[in-house]
Amino acid sequence: MYSTKYHNPASIDAATAALSSGEEAKVLAGGQTLLPTMKQHLAEPSDLVDIRGIAGMADISANGATLTIGAAATHASVADNADVQSLCPALAGLAAHIGDPAVRHMGTIGGSMANNDPAADYPAAALAMNATIVTNSREIAADDFFDGLFATNLEDGEIITAIRFETGAKCGYAKFPNPASRYAMVGVFVAQTGGGVRVAVTGAGDDGVFRHAGLEAALSADWSEGAVAGVDISPGGLLSDFHGDSAYRANLIGVMAKRAVAAS
Amino acid sequence: MSTKIGDRVKRSEDKRFITGAGKYTDDIRQENQAYAAFVRSPYAHANVKGIDASAAEAMDGVIAVLNGAQLTGDGIGNIICGWAVSSKDGSPMNMGAWSALATEKVRYVGDAVAVVIAETDALARLGAEAVEVDYEELPTVVKADKALAEGAPQIHENAPGNQIFDWEIGDQAATDAALATAAHITEVDITNNRLSPNPMEPRAAIATYDAAEEHYTLYTTSQNPHVARLVLSAFYNVAPEHKLRVIAPDVGGGFGAKIYIYPEEITCLWASMKTNRSVKWTSDRSEAFMTDAHGRDHITNARMGFDADGKIVGFKVDTIANVGAYMSLFSSAVPTYLYGTLMSGQYDMPAIHCNVRTAYTNTVPVDAYRGAGRPEATYLIETMMERAAREMAMDPAELRRRNFIQSFPHQTPVILAYDAGDFPKILQMAQESADVAGFATRKAEAASRGMLRGLGYSTFIEACGLAPSAAAGSLGAGVGLWESAEVRMNPVGTIEVLTGSHSHGQGHETTFAQIVADRFDIPIENVKIVHGDTDKVQFGMGTYGSRSAPVGMSAVVKAMDKVEAKIKKIVAHVLEADEADLVIEGGAVSVAGTDKQMLWHEIGLAAYMAHNLPEGMEPGLKETAFFDPVNFSFPSGAFICEVEVDPETGTTEIVQFTSADDFGTIINPMIVEGQVHGGVAQGIGQALLEQVIYDDDGQLLTGSYMDYTMPRADDLPFFTIDHHATPSPNNPLGVKGCGEAGAIGAPPAVINAITDAIGAEGLAMPATPMNVWRAIQAAKSSIAAE
Ligand SMILES: Cc1cc2nc3c(=O)[nH]c(=O)nc-3n(C[C@H](O)[C@H](O)[C@H](O)COP(=O)(O)OP(=O)(O)OC[C@H]3O[C@@H](n4cnc5c(N)ncnc54)[C@H](O)[C@@H]3O)c2cc1C
Repeated sequence: MYSTKYHNPASIDAATAALSSGEEAKVLAGGQTLLPTMKQHLAEPSDLVDIRGIAGMADISANGATLTIGAAATHASVADNADVQSLCPALAGLAAHIGDPAVRHMGTIGGSMANNDPAADYPAAALAMNATIVTNSREIAADDFFDGLFATNLEDGEIITAIRFETGAKCGYAKFPNPASRYAMVGVFVAQTGGGVRVAVTGAGDDGVFRHAGLEAALSADWSEGAVAGVDISPGGLLSDFHGDSAYRANLIGVMAKRAVAAS
Repeated sequence: MSTKIGDRVKRSEDKRFITGAGKYTDDIRQENQAYAAFVRSPYAHANVKGIDASAAEAMDGVIAVLNGAQLTGDGIGNIICGWAVSSKDGSPMNMGAWSALATEKVRYVGDAVAVVIAETDALARLGAEAVEVDYEELPTVVKADKALAEGAPQIHENAPGNQIFDWEIGDQAATDAALATAAHITEVDITNNRLSPNPMEPRAAIATYDAAEEHYTLYTTSQNPHVARLVLSAFYNVAPEHKLRVIAPDVGGGFGAKIYIYPEEITCLWASMKTNRSVKWTSDRSEAFMTDAHGRDHITNARMGFDADGKIVGFKVDTIANVGAYMSLFSSAVPTYLYGTLMSGQYDMPAIHCNVRTAYTNTVPVDAYRGAGRPEATYLIETMMERAAREMAMDPAELRRRNFIQSFPHQTPVILAYDAGDFPKILQMAQESADVAGFATRKAEAASRGMLRGLGYSTFIEACGLAPSAAAGSLGAGVGLWESAEVRMNPVGTIEVLTGSHSHGQGHETTFAQIVADRFDIPIENVKIVHGDTDKVQFGMGTYGSRSAPVGMSAVVKAMDKVEAKIKKIVAHVLEADEADLVIEGGAVSVAGTDKQMLWHEIGLAAYMAHNLPEGMEPGLKETAFFDPVNFSFPSGAFICEVEVDPETGTTEIVQFTSADDFGTIINPMIVEGQVHGGVAQGIGQALLEQVIYDDDGQLLTGSYMDYTMPRADDLPFFTIDHHATPSPNNPLGVKGCGEAGAIGAPPAVINAITDAIGAEGLAMPATPMNVWRAIQAAKSSIAAE
């Protein structure tokens, strides 16, 4: 690793100050993505600002149907949280199947959202429920947050503090893991909320997580496994690699959508 | 608890492994140690126009930057291939030079051009990044068939058209004639996927040069430290053998990848002399993917002919094997003498012809990986048998039965002479354990859940413990294939066994001790197995090819014979008894029918005190033996795999895996089962999950576990394992070797089962969900087209 300066601020203000102190300062959460990148010498941050020590950053709370999950909440703590389990079991289940136990006890929801890996699970849930990404300076709707592969519209130095989900009547998530990495090769999150029926697909899009209009229309008309069968899913715009070409991924989107509905 | 041959003795080495107290190469700390980091080519094929090390040399903590010109200038020799295989026209193989640090040209991504020696590992790596190499990129070729095609980029000057040799075995004319008479011919084009061995412990080395003594010590992750010393000394000119000590301490798995002497160990030794520092290098996982020798990678066309009764009349095989950018130690033998010789399988085949061409490509060298040649042969034969059965509408087990070799010894048309086996019996055992009779019911039940259930067989044979030395030598082997042992009885009656077999996961410290405890009827705690250090053990050929039991243990038995003979002479003399009346039992040697006895420690003391020894006997109690087997041993087995395929996603679940093996005498069933589990896991890995992929530019796409799929526990079923022993007649214990059977036999069983489930031919390994789904779609559309 290159040398880097580690900060462990106790408040958002201290974190913001630390972030502006270095040439190329970066937020550090669970480190599950950032540290391997640094070990491979692919990233060389001058400063690392660890946000896990900031008061309240890892809190999870429920207010009616609204779930607020602190950015530093680990996947394991989301999976195990009673409020998440009762308000949105699909979200708890999603968190429970990210990576392996070590990853789940270190990796955070904020890190996952900020990183916007095209194969990550949380972005599908956030987009399907149009979650609100709360930062130190503003609130961003999921619809406006994701900006292509590994890109979001977070500003430099902006810190996600929490993700807010308006949970709905029905939610389901089905993931087909990449055989090697076990990230999502295709993950489909279906949600029926106050905002209507939304279907978000992760792992498959060549521009990252996306909503599938055909599936949304079919499920709006008829929330059933059978409704999915008739939807034409085009391989256009889907990722292709040796684990799964676009035709195979298109097939998986249909199958996973069906299974997500079944699980809802 | 009894600790005799056949008992499930717990592994004594596990205490240190499980508690983190093992001592691996990376755990070794030498005073004044420095670290090496290699400057590796990012290109698969390029001319090296220049190396500018000035920025690296100026960095704090960098001790030296060394390159290939300096290395060859110091007389360090090129890396050798240990087996000379000639083409069928008699011409010698076209071997290109391989220098530990490349000089004019790099030939695969990861080829090292320089090494940076620095005070810490991190500084060495930063230094390596700062070395500027001027590369002139050249066109690349990564597939063996493309490398042999007209106009392919030329990789080594002295291998025109990239061909190393064009070799054959068997009788071409007889095979062609037989195929011409066949009532049915099954033909396949088949690829054996390229694999990365992935031992848990990556390779590592720490070399120390003692300038005053002009002596080198190398700790390294080797399966065969004596062979490493021999080669480093005789061919690489690092130091004469008596000035070089090689120690392979605890080694965390090898699977073949740690047989060879790689550029890094050579460079560390040389750099240690150049810098007068201990030089340490530990591969990280990315380097391991890039530089550890890969396995398999064959492309084959084959035709098998049958008469009207389903009896095989001839088998013709044409294979192209990818050797990588350089010829590694056994790279020539694996696709020839370890492959072509296995083409008869368990079957009585009157005519066989196997032609193998080997090609250089811009990929890391390919060499022996668990099974080495035998999995490639078995996959070919066993998937063809099952395909033939489908084509001829026969039961696949019945087709096999009709062709099984029934009497022994049996001379195959491809050199090997099988000594013992009972193929129908092990197939029957496997069928009973797997409840083949109940399969139709299980299939129907699976169908009711929308799942496709299939069953596949693999009945296989392997040749282990390559031998004898003279025969191997006549075929071009550069080493003898014997093993040595020394059995030392100490004055207090404890026993040390020094063996040339190396243990890196096999549990030798337990099984080798078991054969001593069994023979002398002493507590197993009183036996210690010493291995892995050229200063302690006189010599050894190491551990690979399932040779430790058939060859290594046999040497121990021979040495024990000598020790026992001397013990009996001493006891007979002291007790004034007849040697013929002595019995070894209960930690003592007694005179039968009397109460006269000498306890084990009394015998030890007597031998070393030498106060009262028979006339002319030398004091002490230690004996050495070398064992050179008269033949290979031939383990055989029958595997039955049952799968369920999800037709919507193409995902395969192995729901049942049954093995019936003939390993000859079993020393420790628990350890044998562990070997079968591990081997089958790797075989299932090859069948379902693992594949090394280079893109057309020679970049490694599967350079980490994010893309290279290792088998995980939840990919595997619980295994059902049976044994039926026909003891090997060619070694004193009747053992055959069990280390590779799983990896050899499992892949065709899995692929046959999936093929049975989905009803589509031509499924390629690995049968990833996408590949299986595609095969299902292709079958659907061909049915639709009809
Ligand atoms: C072996 C392995 C398997 C995995 N499998 C999966 C999987 O199956 N599914 C899946 O979805 N993910 C998977 N992951 C990813 C993992 O779950 C983490 O979500 C991910 O690594 C990022 O979270 P983190 O907390 O570790 O972030 P870090 O690595 O600490 O940071 C990642 C990026 O986000 C930025 N960042 C972090 N927190 C914030 C914040 N609060 N505000 C602004 N920017 C921030 C950092 O600056 C950095 O750029 C896997 C990871 C590993 C190592």
